[in-house]
Amino acid sequence: MTTSSVTPVTAPSLEVSGLAFAYPDGHQALFGVDFTVGRGERVALLGPNGAGKTTLVLHLNGILTGGAGTVTVAGLPVGRKHMAEIRRKVGIVFQDPDDQLFMPSVREDVAFGPAAAGLKGPELEARVRTALERVGMEAFADRPPHHLSFGQRRRVAVATVLAMEPEILVLDEPSSNLDPASRRELADILRSLDVTVLMVTHDLPYALELCPRALILSDGVIAADGRTGELLSDDGLMREHRLELPFGFDPRSVTMGA
Amino acid sequence: MHVPDGFINAPVSVATGVVAAAAVAVSLRGARRELDERTAPLAGLVAAFIFAVQMLNFPVAAGTSGHLLGGALAAILVGPFTGVLCVSVVLLMQGILFADGGLTALGVNITVMAVVTTVVAYTVFRGLVKLLPRKRRSITVSAFVAAVLSVPAAAAAFTLVYAIGGTTDVPIGQVLTAMVGVHVLIGIGEAAITALTVGAVIAVRPDLVYGARGLTAPLKLRVGGELVDTPAAEPVPVAARSHRPVWLAGLAASLVLAGFVSFYASANPDGLEKVAADKGIDAKVEDHAAADSPLADYGVEGLTNSRISGGLAGVIGVGVTVVAGTGVFWAVRKRRTSETSPSQVGESV
Amino acid sequence: MGAGHAHRLYRHGHSPVHALPPHTKLAAVFAFVLVVVSTPREAMWAFGLYALLLATVAYAARVPAGFLLKRLLIEVPFVAFAVLMPFVAQGERVDVLGLSLSVNGLWGAWNVLAKGTLGVAASVLLASTTELRELLLGLQRLKLPPLLVQIASFMIRYGDVIADEMRRMKIARESRGFEARGVRSWGVLAKSAGALFIRSYERGERVHLAMVSRGYAGSMPVIDEVTASRAQWSYALALPSAALVVCLLGWTL
Repeated sequence: MTTSSVTPVTAPSLEVSGLAFAYPDGHQALFGVDFTVGRGERVALLGPNGAGKTTLVLHLNGILTGGAGTVTVAGLPVGRKHMAEIRRKVGIVFQDPDDQLFMPSVREDVAFGPAAAGLKGPELEARVRTALERVGMEAFADRPPHHLSFGQRRRVAVATVLAMEPEILVLDEPSSNLDPASRRELADILRSLDVTVLMVTHDLPYALELCPRALILSDGVIAADGRTGELLSDDGLMREHRLELPFGFDPRSVTMGA
Repeated sequence: MHVPDGFINAPVSVATGVVAAAAVAVSLRGARRELDERTAPLAGLVAAFIFAVQMLNFPVAAGTSGHLLGGALAAILVGPFTGVLCVSVVLLMQGILFADGGLTALGVNITVMAVVTTVVAYTVFRGLVKLLPRKRRSITVSAFVAAVLSVPAAAAAFTLVYAIGGTTDVPIGQVLTAMVGVHVLIGIGEAAITALTVGAVIAVRPDLVYGARGLTAPLKLRVGGELVDTPAAEPVPVAARSHRPVWLAGLAASLVLAGFVSFYASANPDGLEKVAADKGIDAKVEDHAAADSPLADYGVEGLTNSRISGGLAGVIGVGVTVVAGTGVFWAVRKRRTSETSPSQVGESV
Repeated sequence: MGAGHAHRLYRHGHSPVHALPPHTKLAAVFAFVLVVVSTPREAMWAFGLYALLLATVAYAARVPAGFLLKRLLIEVPFVAFAVLMPFVAQGERVDVLGLSLSVNGLWGAWNVLAKGTLGVAASVLLASTTELRELLLGLQRLKLPPLLVQIASFMIRYGDVIADEMRRMKIARESRGFEARGVRSWGVLAKSAGALFIRSYERGERVHLAMVSRGYAGSMPVIDEVTASRAQWSYALALPSAALVVCLLGWTL
């Protein structure tokens, strides 16, 4: 267990405490998860396949509920009462952008969330334009999503969530299937954003590049929480949780700007 | 299969349009009750699946190949309501986007290919699944029989529409023989593919086969946890566990159909009644072989004489079908809702 | 029948026909086809006039004749049926080139061919001048049940995605030496179809999650709405109105 010197920020964006959950078929995925993400932090959630990462993510905006424990987003408990508010505050970018981009054109897709929240007219237009500008996709507004490249679709997927002006951006495997250039472009975009980010990933160098802090979720509990560089350098911890760095990558030799 | 414009006269086209609209309206309500807010994405994706799978070529012999029509498959996999919706949307889009099937014939196309196919296939399927032993093979066999009957049933339904509102006086007996004959062959291909596909789905995700819901409950442990399912969706309404609702619905359907046929016969006393009667029975599940011979020498002189009266009779007939169809759906729906909420079962059964 | 579903008919352009609001075009084409179908088949000249009307629209929309004619091939299966009609239909018969044909059947064949062809031509003109997205907005505006429009829009959005998955499965099958020949390969093909269904359904569930995550609660927010001015309506309805005049003349003359 590595719990070290990350100073907790005031008014956390996300607070998860004692979260446990079993699927109706009896398979238990989470066994008491506790962590806090402060406002403006960028945190990586690492863990082997089957650790419960997706289950955890689906709890953050109340798609899965009914287990033990609580999730609080910017002071608001996740529950039936505030569901609309919570879903506006927690923006999840799913792994397959084709699942996320379900509307016939990029513009309508980005407008979907804010429009569902009641925004209309020029205000809605402005919101859509800003969100697309933030990911550099404003020129593609009227294109159908399936005519874009994979990297572009991923960026639009981020924009669909940004348009809702979320308190926290949750990304599920943001770098998967991206070529190195798109991967870097996305990293630049994420760095430029002024929101709290929780990034679920297998891509350890990417986590190191973007997130000063990392959590390791293993067997349904948080097994480690600390500085990303330190966690990745701890060989014993890494091996224990089936995490492997790419060949030739040494986290100790990387100097990070952020 | 897609009927173009001009095949069926205007009054009957409009009337079948009304039938189709009513069936779609009923299905919208039915599907929404089954899938609630998931209706749009799930039905949309299943429609896209049917659209795509119609492009999958199954080689027959010597360079020829066939493809799936998908009505029976949709009914068995996602249930009759969602099935009707999916096939209707596919037909609508094919008509508007690809000029495949006439716009005025949309009602005929939806009634025949979406409604008749799906309802016949589903009724037969459920009926057989109830009768046969609770085995996985029974489901495949039932799917085969359901699909094999659904295709000629649609052909017979088309012939019926043609008899009422066809624009040419082709001897209906011959049309029926030819249509049903050809479509029995097509139906065998359709059935083989449908049964194999249902078998393939049931081997991996038996929980996704709507028509086999009640049956797969004991097998379900093999499935393991599928990670994206909200707990709220878990208490799946197990469709029709007892035989009675299905048979009552079937009985109601036959009564209503018989009622329709006799009404039609008395309203149009020109020798057509026998055709209509035989076909009315055909549209249900009976064997088609018997339908051939007695019909062969029937013409449609009655219609030749006065097209207007034919059209009028058609409108009346179809009007009755609307009422009848709504009645059947209403009955089925009532049964189903009472099943899903166990608290009401005591009062309504 | 099976062929041609994958073809996109839309042709990009900036003609006055392209510019019309989609729901006016949908309504116009539908009314036009209905008028055509109601025309008595004996008024052969009327169908000539209809064809002329469509040709005018095609000219205004800058849709080339070759494109339009090629698309009419979709009718072929029913042409076969129409050709049979003079042989099997009842009633009075005439001898043409030594064949005994039914007069009624000849009329019937003409009727189906003329009306069917005009119907396909009108639909092709609609589809080639209206974008997919516009068509959906038009249907929505014409008060098609919203749920139906949503289903259609999901079908269109994911049609290509699923067709692509099917293509990848085909490549995967063929890469492993499978060749679809004869009925014996049906088992394998049907397994692919089954897998495709499961993938489609699961994608539907994931799409639903993505929608719910962005605040979906059963109804789609209205983001775009199409409107038409009186002038646009009258412009679009010129086609069916002209056709209606022809039709009425056809009944009275």
